[in-house]
Formats: sequence, structure tokens, C-alpha cells
Amino acid sequence: MLIRKAHDLTYADVTPKSVYLDRRKFLRAMGVVGATAVAGKSLFDLALPPQTTLAATKFSDLAKSPFSTSEKQNSYEDVTHYNNFYEFGTDKSDPAKNSKNFNTSNWIVSVEGEVAKPRKFTMDEILKLAPLEERIYRHRCVEAWSIVVPWIGFSFNSLVKVVEPTPKAQFVAFQSYYDSRQMPAGRWAGIEFPYVEGLRLDEAMNPLTLLCVGMYGESLPNQDGAPVRMVIPWKYGFKSIKSLVKIKFQSKMPPTTWNLAVPSWYGFYSNVNPNVSPVRWNQAKERRLGEIFRRDTLMFNGYSDQVASMYIGMDLKKNY
Amino acid sequence: MHTLLTSKWTKVAVFMLCLIPLGALIWRAFHNGLGANPVEFIQLTTGRWTLRFLIITLCITPFRKLLNLPDLIRFRRMLGLFAFFYVCLHFLTYLGPDQSFDLSAIWKDVAKRPFITVGFLGFLLLVPLAMTSTAGWIRRLGGKRWQMLHRAIYFAAVAGVIHYYWKVKSDVRMPLFYGALVAILLLWRVGGWLSRRRSVVAARLSSEGVRADGAR
Repeated sequence: MLIRKAHDLTYADVTPKSVYLDRRKFLRAMGVVGATAVAGKSLFDLALPPQTTLAATKFSDLAKSPFSTSEKQNSYEDVTHYNNFYEFGTDKSDPAKNSKNFNTSNWIVSVEGEVAKPRKFTMDEILKLAPLEERIYRHRCVEAWSIVVPWIGFSFNSLVKVVEPTPKAQFVAFQSYYDSRQMPAGRWAGIEFPYVEGLRLDEAMNPLTLLCVGMYGESLPNQDGAPVRMVIPWKYGFKSIKSLVKIKFQSKMPPTTWNLAVPSWYGFYSNVNPNVSPVRWNQAKERRLGEIFRRDTLMFNGYSDQVASMYIGMDLKKNY
Repeated sequence: MHTLLTSKWTKVAVFMLCLIPLGALIWRAFHNGLGANPVEFIQLTTGRWTLRFLIITLCITPFRKLLNLPDLIRFRRMLGLFAFFYVCLHFLTYLGPDQSFDLSAIWKDVAKRPFITVGFLGFLLLVPLAMTSTAGWIRRLGGKRWQMLHRAIYFAAVAGVIHYYWKVKSDVRMPLFYGALVAILLLWRVGGWLSRRRSVVAARLSSEGVRADGAR
């Protein structure tokens, strides 16, 4: 069969990866023909719009981050087959199976609300906002398991600076993509979609807060929140919203999905805290995937140095 | 059917069948099939099989009567003991990998978390039933009292369903499914109990009627 289905095409099929990933450098190197090349590129985009946004694109020349942990990373297999992504089903193994044909082409992230420069970003534009870094973070789920993942992205504040929040902006609301036709299992999840999350502005501006486009040297697999997600390593995993489509700056604290579903289990802040265990789970310990017995959970998941100052004077028992 | 159900070999076959879930877990353990969180996988599997065996055990009496197969009674004790066997495995994964056998932590956890509390109560209810499952204990307690004691399985099954329902985060389909099965099996018993009571009352009324007639 010579004719491939359109959505099987990736950038890799039309552009050598090294050229694609370094196209700004490439264009600059083109020197005098730069302008022509830019024109050529947009023509090229018109003729062949990206079909699957960066499917299995390899990222190279990633900057190392001082925030990275040296702990042993979990396997790619584990991180891609043990997922909470309820739009694709509630069993940990469901997202890997049900997200195979998730179409992330022509992805748009809309930034709105209390900002001087509201705008919509394409994935290409997002990838150009800042140099990509590899950040190896601990990731702690509210269900008391944890993993170590080499994420790829850059500090979310790089995007914030571009849209210039107004003085009224105190919180940032996030929204996931939801399409019941592409995510039919979602109707049985028992929670409302689209999934929404939120951060205080200072939390969103913290350099640890990652706008994430990949992991393990590649673009994000669908089941891990393709093509772009948040990663907030000192908070329980459900705060790190997947498949992000909307970011809204606002003066009021935004509603969050799990808090709406079961307020006594999930607070707005949901900072990892071994001393506060709202009813459902004992948060004092966690099971690192790959280990049998539980290990002690660290305050703010071990990121106290970077984030504790944001919560001085706050009663963390009340604001769980 | 009678010879099949009373054959020694049928009992052996059922025994082997009941071990399949354990065998499957062991097979998976040696073939990298327990997933990213093996402890959780074993916990979920043994928990579900506990509920299933409780439900199968509760099916024996209605099936005996509705299908007119009294010989099914030969399997009831074994099936009930398998429910206990799987709940023991389930409980062990909690004691060990989850709590590192730290008794004070376990006690706090049981007291604080309603879903653990109710699961633990269900487990406790099954302990005396397993202990008194022998012919010797039936004799010692006497049939009536033994039967009364073993009605605790109804409460254990209900506790198991509530434990499961409170355990899941939001997708309650499976707990509701098991809950519906348990509800049907218990309602069938309530129905039988009500109709027996009615017939006893009716019998008493008619005998009183006879006496009244005689007095006249």
C-alpha cells in the first residue's frame, strides 16, 4: 500500500529532524536567502499543514536544568502505561489503549483574561517561546505513588511574560481538551469535563512550574498529555493538567475539577504534604513505582527550597 | 447431574478452578505482567476475587432451590473458604507492602479512613466463619446457632461492596455492579423469609379458626 493515511505523516516524513528542530538557526545560516526561506516555509505550511503535531519527534540539544534530580528515572514503559487520564478511561492501563488515535494536529492554546496581550499559540509558536530544557522531576500522585520523569519544556513564566498579565491577574485557570467523540470513555469517568485546574499567579510564575512538551527526549505521548501540558512538581499530580487548550488569567480563584467532585479529598492548593492527609489517602508515605515498600513523602515533594516561601503564614492544614 | 455433583472428582476440579486467579497472578509475576505497580495490581485482583467468591458462595442456596440441585451444598464451604483465602492475600498486601507491618500505623489508618474501616470489618467478620467451618464446629455449636453465626457472610458481602465503592475515586460502575449482585442475592433471602413468615402466620390463624369453631 503506497497511500498512507494523512494522520500518519509526521514532520519527520517531510523534513529532516535536525533541520526542523533547528530551523531558526538553519534560517539564520541561510543568510541572504533568509527572507525567501521564511516565505517558503509559510507556503510549505499552507500546502502541508502539520498532521500529527510532533508525533514521536525527538528533541536534541536539550539544556540541562539545575532543578533536575539525580534519582533513578522510571522506565518509559511504566510512565506510558500507568496513567490517570480519565478522559481516556479510569483504569491505569486505559489511556495507553484509548488515546492511540487522539488527533493533536493544528493544536491551539488560547491565552485570555486579564492580560495585556491575549492571543492564541500554535504548537510551533509555543516551541519557539524559550529554549527547551530537560527537567528530571519527582512526580507524586495523590494516590500515594510516585515516579521520576525526565520532562521536556521550559518555565511557564516564559509564556506569562509574553502575554503580560494585568495587575488584576491573581490566578491562572487551565483547561484541558475534551471531545466526547475522541474520548468516548470519558463519559464513564464520574467527573465533569473539560478538566479544569488552577494556580495562584505566584505559583504559576515559579521557575519550577513547567510548560511541558515532551519527555524521555521525545514529544509527549498522547496518554501523557500530548501535545502540551503543565508539570507542577511540588503539587499532587492531578494539578498538572494534560492536553492544555486554554489558559485564563483572572482575579478570582478558579474552580478545579477534583475539588468540585469531592471537596474533602482535593483542595485547591494540593501541595504535597506528608503532614496533612485529607480522609482518603495517607500522604505520609508513597510507593515509588518499581519499589515494594513505601518510602517517606517529602514536604513539597522535596522542593521546599524553591517553593516553601510562597506559603509562609498560610495554614497548610486548612489550605490543603 | 446428581452423580456429577456428588463425584469426588468434581470437587477436585472446582478446587483447581478456584486456584486459577492465584495461578494467573503467579504467572504474571514471572512474565512481567503485573504492570507498573505490582502491589496495587495484586491488591485489586485479590480484592475483586474475594467479592466474587462471596457472591458465588451466596449463589449456592438460591441455585439449590431454584434449579432443584440440592447437591450444590457440597461446594459451599469450599467456595466460602476461597473467599477467605483471597481476602487473606488481600489483607497481607495491605499489612506488608502498604504498611510495612507497622501495627500502630495500621491501627491509625483503620480508624481514620472509612473505606479501610469497613473493609477491615468485613475481613474480621469472615474470620470466625472460616474457623467454624468444620463439621466438628457445626456439631459443637449446634446447627441452629452455627447457621445464625454464618449469616455474618451477608454483612461481610455488604461491607466488601461498600469498601470497594468508597475506594474508587469517581468511576463507580464496578462497585455498583457487584453491589447489585449482592442486593439481588440478599433480597431473594428477604423474600423467602417474608413468605415463610406469612405462611406461618396463616397457619397459626387457620388453626386458631379451627379452635374457635370447635369451641362453638
